[in-house]
Amino acid sequence: MTTQQDYLWTLNFGPQHPATHTTLRLVLKLDGERVVDAVPDIGYLHSGFEKIGEHLDYNQYVTVTDRMNYVSPMANNVAWHHAVEKLLGIELTPRCKYLRVIVAELARISDHLLCVGAMGLDVGAFTFFLYGFYEREKIYDIFESLCGARFTNSYTRVGGLLHDITPVTIEQIRDFLRRLPATLSDMERLLTRNRIFMDRMQGVGVLTAHEAINRGVSGPVARASGVTRDLRKDEPYLAYNDFDFQVCCTRAGDCYARFLVRIHEIRESLKIVQQAIENLPAGPVNVGADERVGLPDKQQVYQTIEGLITHFELVMTSRGFSVPCDEVYGAVEAPNGELGFYLVGDGSNVAYRARCRPPSFINFALFPHLICGHTLSDVVAVLGSLNIIAAELDR
Amino acid sequence: MALETPDNVIVTRLDALASWCRKNSLWPMPFATACCGIELMATGASRHDLARFGAEAMRFSPRQSDLMIVAGRVVMKMLPVLQRIWQQMSEPKWCISMGACASTGGVFDTYAVVQGIDRFLPVDVYVPGCPPRPEQLLQAIIDLQDKIEREGTVSGQEFEHREPVRALRELPILGQTPEMRSRGLRT
Amino acid sequence: MRVDRLEADPTLSDGGAIVDVLQKVTDALRQRCAGVTFSVFRQDTRVWVPRESLYEVLRFLQQEWGFDMLVDITCVDYLHYRGATDRFGMVYQLCNTGDNVRLTVRVMLNEPDLTIPSVTSLWEAANWLEREVFDMFGIRFECHPDLRRILLPPEFTAHPLRKDYPLQGRGERHNFTALTREGG
Repeated sequence: MTTQQDYLWTLNFGPQHPATHTTLRLVLKLDGERVVDAVPDIGYLHSGFEKIGEHLDYNQYVTVTDRMNYVSPMANNVAWHHAVEKLLGIELTPRCKYLRVIVAELARISDHLLCVGAMGLDVGAFTFFLYGFYEREKIYDIFESLCGARFTNSYTRVGGLLHDITPVTIEQIRDFLRRLPATLSDMERLLTRNRIFMDRMQGVGVLTAHEAINRGVSGPVARASGVTRDLRKDEPYLAYNDFDFQVCCTRAGDCYARFLVRIHEIRESLKIVQQAIENLPAGPVNVGADERVGLPDKQQVYQTIEGLITHFELVMTSRGFSVPCDEVYGAVEAPNGELGFYLVGDGSNVAYRARCRPPSFINFALFPHLICGHTLSDVVAVLGSLNIIAAELDR
Repeated sequence: MALETPDNVIVTRLDALASWCRKNSLWPMPFATACCGIELMATGASRHDLARFGAEAMRFSPRQSDLMIVAGRVVMKMLPVLQRIWQQMSEPKWCISMGACASTGGVFDTYAVVQGIDRFLPVDVYVPGCPPRPEQLLQAIIDLQDKIEREGTVSGQEFEHREPVRALRELPILGQTPEMRSRGLRT
Repeated sequence: MRVDRLEADPTLSDGGAIVDVLQKVTDALRQRCAGVTFSVFRQDTRVWVPRESLYEVLRFLQQEWGFDMLVDITCVDYLHYRGATDRFGMVYQLCNTGDNVRLTVRVMLNEPDLTIPSVTSLWEAANWLEREVFDMFGIRFECHPDLRRILLPPEFTAHPLRKDYPLQGRGERHNFTALTREGG
């Protein structure tokens, strides 16, 4: 075997390379231009998120979850608090559910815009990337008027949200919904039927449905291979039952299919946000003071005894909300796939173990299987289509 | 371009010219690791355009750039890579540490994250924020341009004989013995 | 609270269809393998199996009950947990994508014997997930094709997610040479 392997050339790809979407490393064994083997080497952004989860409160840790999948931080916040509220057994108010759906879908649009933009950029289409980024700036403006931060906004809290939405933000969202379809059509006209793009993306990195399930893949990568699994429809959480939208799937399983699934998912998310913003229920956004999990408003604290007691119980040191001593797994459909948190509660308001099940980690394990036999230029195309976010990969 | 001038010759107009050229054509090398990388991309995108300040070509090769923007947290597995890339850049070179994680470790005071790249690399400008707004990064580039204008010499003398400056003043840690301190341990 | 048999919960919103399937699965498991206990919490069903029967149980679940997706493998270190009897608890999250049923399989391990059979031959997803558990906790997987550290550098010696390892580490993150302007 050694004589046969002598002519194979080892190429180190990353960890600092423009096409690797931040820090991941691939050691490629090439036979001329063909990739014979690809060994991924990850961990160049491993920051110890799960260890931090054992030292921070349930409300403090949401700031850290922002930094996981940093292109759609709202989705991570929603996922974290979904798991925490499952552990605590809290039922949210309808308004809070609708607002969380709105921000999660806006985060999905933002993630998919960046992913398809980066796919275009990696194969050479810079204008497409800039169009996508311009729309993302509008989403950043919406988030900024909603909660103050462009991204890494820790907007959710246990039992509710940081602030309620204001009419200014609602108007901005409506304006965004009016303008995005036109830009999206422009973007599609640039690349979707483009001969060069199709030649580079079709037939590259094919994943069958059976392989996808066996390798634990979820999200757009699985849906592009024909696995019709979407947690928003299969295990509805928040208010997804109230909305009419479709799950986008294709059968081809190649990079072009993943691109198409993401573009269509942006349109479906627009539909969901449209329905949610028009039918936003009135009412309080945080759960009531009786649940003893959310800080009550100042009026209640100064004027009612329950508000005062709740505030005291939550804020004084070595008090805080009480959590059952048990374990739970809560998952949502993040833009990348199934993002789940496995939480072990031990009675205090600091998690005993906060495990994040990262979709990028599972998707990246696919890479050696997908790239075998393709050429060096396809490495970039496949890597872009899997949407690997290094911070979620390494945590 | 670095002219070798004898020590008793000072060229001020040439220094000013060289600094003006260098500061208005800083080609950044984005060493983007995490969330700050996205804000760096947003700074280079069309709304906050970095190219207006001369940073037109975002070169990903260290050999062709003169400004390294370290955006995002650097973990101990990545640090040797960062140092090697810094060494591959040719003089004159500057470094901007963008974000709280690159400057001091940020939110991540954990076993894996380096608590400030200035422990291991010379940094010129720090940008606070988590992540810093694009306007803050543009301000940092402008500040770096002012620094180059003030201190720049054509022969690169400002890069010699400089004491490394730490971003964070180390506070005394209770319970830390001198032996632990010399070994750099906190606990 | 672990029990030997699951009881159907009539208050569930889906009419208990998923619970029926789980009922059948747990009955079949009880007949198949001794020492299996169950519990339900917030509609999550957990099964505790002894380590020797783990591979057989997972193979049975995959091939005869259609749990075709392995969602997650992780581990919890119960060193500082009040009332814990074993130190390490492995967690295997399984999902039947056809019927949309989730199941969690737990195995408890104790020192010094921290080895467990690998399930890479059943689900390819287990490859990297088990490498991560090895990296973070030090649990060895028998018959794993490539068991080495995945997230931390290979020269790192400790297993950081264990409870006896401090958050700030033991000085590994400071152990590098500093470059200066003259030198670098």
